[in-house]
Amino acid sequence: MTRVVPPVAVGTRRGVLSFWDLVALFLVLGFVVLLAETGRELLRPLPKPGVTAVILDPRMLPAYAARTTLRMLAAMVMSLFFTFTYATWAAKSRRAEVVLLPILDILQSVPILGFISVTVVFFMSLAPGLMLGAELAAVFAIFTSQAWNMAFSFYQSLRTIPEELTEVARSYRLNPWMRFWRLEVPFAMPALVWNMMMSMSGGWFFVVASEAISVGGTTVTLPGIGSYIALAIERRDLGAIGWALAAMLVVILTYDQLLFRPLVAWAERFRFEREAGLPPPRSWVLTTLTRSQLVAQATAPFRAAWRWTYRAASRSHNRRRTTATHERIVRGIDRLWHPVAIVAAAAALWKVVQFVSTGVPPAEVGQAFLCGLATMARVFVLLAIASVIWVPIGIWIGLRPGAARFAQPAAQFMAAFPANLFFPFVVSTIVAFRLDPNIWLSPLMILGTQWYILFNVVAGAASIPSELRDIATNLRLRGWLWWRRIALPAVFPFYVTGAITASGGSWNASIVAEVASWGQDRLQAYGLGAYIAAATEAGDFHRVVLGIAVMSVFVVVLNRVFWRPLYRHAERKFRLA
Amino acid sequence: MDSAPLLEVQSVRKSFSKPDGGELFVLDNVNLTLREGEIVGLLGRSGSGKSTLLRLIAGLSRPAGGSIIYLGQTLDGPPPGIAMVFQSFALFPWLTVLENVELGLEALGLPREETRRRALAAIDMIGLDGFESAYPRELSGGMRQRVGFARALVVHPNVLLMDEPFSALDVLTAETLRTDFLELWSKGQLPIRGVILVTHNIEEAILMCDRALVFATNPGRIVSEIKVDLAHPRDRLDPAFRDLVERMYVELTASRTAERPAARPERFAGAGIGTILPRISSNLLSGLLETVAAPPYDGQADLPVIAASLNMEIDDLFPVAETLQMLRFAEVAGGDIRLSPEGRRFAEADTDERKRLFAHHLLTYIALAAHIRRVLDERPSHQAPWRRFADELEDHMSPEAAEQTLRAVISWGRYAEIFAYDDHTQIFSLENPS
Repeated sequence: MTRVVPPVAVGTRRGVLSFWDLVALFLVLGFVVLLAETGRELLRPLPKPGVTAVILDPRMLPAYAARTTLRMLAAMVMSLFFTFTYATWAAKSRRAEVVLLPILDILQSVPILGFISVTVVFFMSLAPGLMLGAELAAVFAIFTSQAWNMAFSFYQSLRTIPEELTEVARSYRLNPWMRFWRLEVPFAMPALVWNMMMSMSGGWFFVVASEAISVGGTTVTLPGIGSYIALAIERRDLGAIGWALAAMLVVILTYDQLLFRPLVAWAERFRFEREAGLPPPRSWVLTTLTRSQLVAQATAPFRAAWRWTYRAASRSHNRRRTTATHERIVRGIDRLWHPVAIVAAAAALWKVVQFVSTGVPPAEVGQAFLCGLATMARVFVLLAIASVIWVPIGIWIGLRPGAARFAQPAAQFMAAFPANLFFPFVVSTIVAFRLDPNIWLSPLMILGTQWYILFNVVAGAASIPSELRDIATNLRLRGWLWWRRIALPAVFPFYVTGAITASGGSWNASIVAEVASWGQDRLQAYGLGAYIAAATEAGDFHRVVLGIAVMSVFVVVLNRVFWRPLYRHAERKFRLA
Repeated sequence: MDSAPLLEVQSVRKSFSKPDGGELFVLDNVNLTLREGEIVGLLGRSGSGKSTLLRLIAGLSRPAGGSIIYLGQTLDGPPPGIAMVFQSFALFPWLTVLENVELGLEALGLPREETRRRALAAIDMIGLDGFESAYPRELSGGMRQRVGFARALVVHPNVLLMDEPFSALDVLTAETLRTDFLELWSKGQLPIRGVILVTHNIEEAILMCDRALVFATNPGRIVSEIKVDLAHPRDRLDPAFRDLVERMYVELTASRTAERPAARPERFAGAGIGTILPRISSNLLSGLLETVAAPPYDGQADLPVIAASLNMEIDDLFPVAETLQMLRFAEVAGGDIRLSPEGRRFAEADTDERKRLFAHHLLTYIALAAHIRRVLDERPSHQAPWRRFADELEDHMSPEAAEQTLRAVISWGRYAEIFAYDDHTQIFSLENPS
């Protein structure tokens, strides 16, 4: 075993245990206990059919919240693993890239929520009769709502690594393993953390759906905050909804403080170029962990072992050489690859068409398409409304550093809030006033996603150079002229980024938001989301596939013909270099 | 001393393919030998392929022809024992100074203790003591490049490659780093056996190198070799030093004019449509014309003297002088610049007269400008898209060079008011906003 070398410039040791050591110790111990408790639950047998696993006692909520939290965490770990493998493969191999990238593009624009029931059977068979199988299925469902945009961001980071850093890595002969952890992951980290936060928000949105899974007619309910909410909605228990709301608030706040604040603050040091404007984020948890001697000592062996993997990989790497024959083989595969991919895609298309056409009359394709138009109209109208509201507010906040410091985390927090919690209020209001669900259910779609517009605009306004603002003052630009010439153009690229995210998220959310129920009251809007939701509920996979296919087409076409050109235009014309 | 060369570059070529299937050479038939204990400078203008050659030697890309032999073996990928110092420092911002320096040793798979010991020794030698735990962003440019040197030296390379290592630094800092490096080198304290230095600074080349190879552009090749036999430390004010500076200026100007009659006789009359134009602002052109026209030069000046007084390097000054030559406002030869009668007239004229004169010369001597104007005149709409000309240029040059050339001619055309261009619609036209 390697002797543990203390990190350089540790300086003089302070006392044996500092305040930070204690805080860190408690944090770590608490986490271990939580893991142990939940681990025991996993190996319990499945409850008998008909027995509800959840009760509406608020005292049970902390335990439920903990279970849900760990599920989300497990899904996040899976997503990270997927990101590191899939995206790396796509970025490193030209062959893989042409296939993997469009797949990712479609996966990230389309909810796989409809397929949960299919995957359940698979996962249950992995651990027959145990809760573990159902848990895995739930985790997988959350994973499908988190992984894609993380992988995409990672892929994009890998492709934009500065040329000279890649050259350093090559000329100093870093082996692939070392290059990955020393160059590629650190470079991608800030964007990845940001996307992890967005994914987490998205995950909360779908957690309700993923904790109540139906397998062949019976429903397996996993104890968790999502199933608690589902049950409360079914029983029309407003008190329970209130408790769930409070629990959710605490959980999201805790997640934010214990996981994401530290991650964001930590990822800051990987930023290649520091952005002007907002002050660097801070986190008390990160401060605790980095200042604690105890943590430093406890992790030292791990860090030493990690560094050992670099050296080990180097030794085996330095022995290997690429040869000319190897390259010829690679080129040969290259030539074969495209035909193979095309044939496979054609076969898949044939299969899908065959599958859908056995269960759905051809005319219904047109109907699904009309539903898609309705949802599209909703998404655009809502985006416009949200933009009119949040762009001026965002600019106002962004120009005031004090307000921005407060508003950024607040907006991120709001983005994580699941729409399901507002169902009771919305549904009761609509029922009481006899409103049209086609209009009044819509706001639920943008509830979580409008915040992306807000915090992107805030970031944009904060990065307006002070010279530009001074010039505006100097020339006495005021009122509408100031908005038109300075503020709006300056934030436009940021706004477009936010709007793209919000649009994608709203399409996803439509599956949850176009159908809302409160006990026996059930409201349904006309739209593609409702179409998919209804088909899922009925277990009609033919229609689920059709709905998802139509939604994919909508989202992909919109991205290609509208959002991407708009983004490029914004970048070219308005980006302040 | 061992007579076998450390490194041999034998008739190396590097090219990239043109859209029409042909090949454009960045490097053509380059030969170079690096011997034990030598610092060899590669001197030339940007675009002459000297950085490309350095990357070939570093094993970062492969030559299209010829071979590079390092310690008797043909190069195939980045070899151990060749380390590189980058112009932009290229430090990993998330690693501390110490971690950056240790990077190459970790990649060698050395034991932890040795890694640490050698890294600290390198940091000590290069004068970074006390900065071990600093992050690159906390350091000044000079300190960052010291980290770049420490990172290269710590792997004990046989050959050190330097790609304009001081050009991103201010003059004083660059001088300090050069002096420090030379002191370590001449005392034999560096673990390296030979150095290749890419530079576009003539004085730097003469201060540091034992030999300087002068590159010509299009295609990049070595046109001459200048030996520097002065003893270290070298004195810039030494007459022998000044002579070498003068000689190198002459070589560099000759390297430009020499290629023309040989390659394409008609190009001497002006810039043909396939000529890559430098992006030189009209302000720089008028500035140099005014400077040379005014006393003490009175229409004729020594380029090194001008460069020193304006604090410009050859990469900044040469393109300006050559553009003036292309436009027939001046003549460049033997390291001198001499204004033509039109050049003098331009220097004395007012703004409108200058624009008229410039427009006349632009349309007469720059074929591309005349071509664009003719196309616009002939078309009924008096409009033409960017691609119309870019495609044409890409038959003669790389897409990047075509873009640069078009941007240059747009900027001159706007100044001369011979045509207009809208960057959002990417359309050339004859209409200026009235």
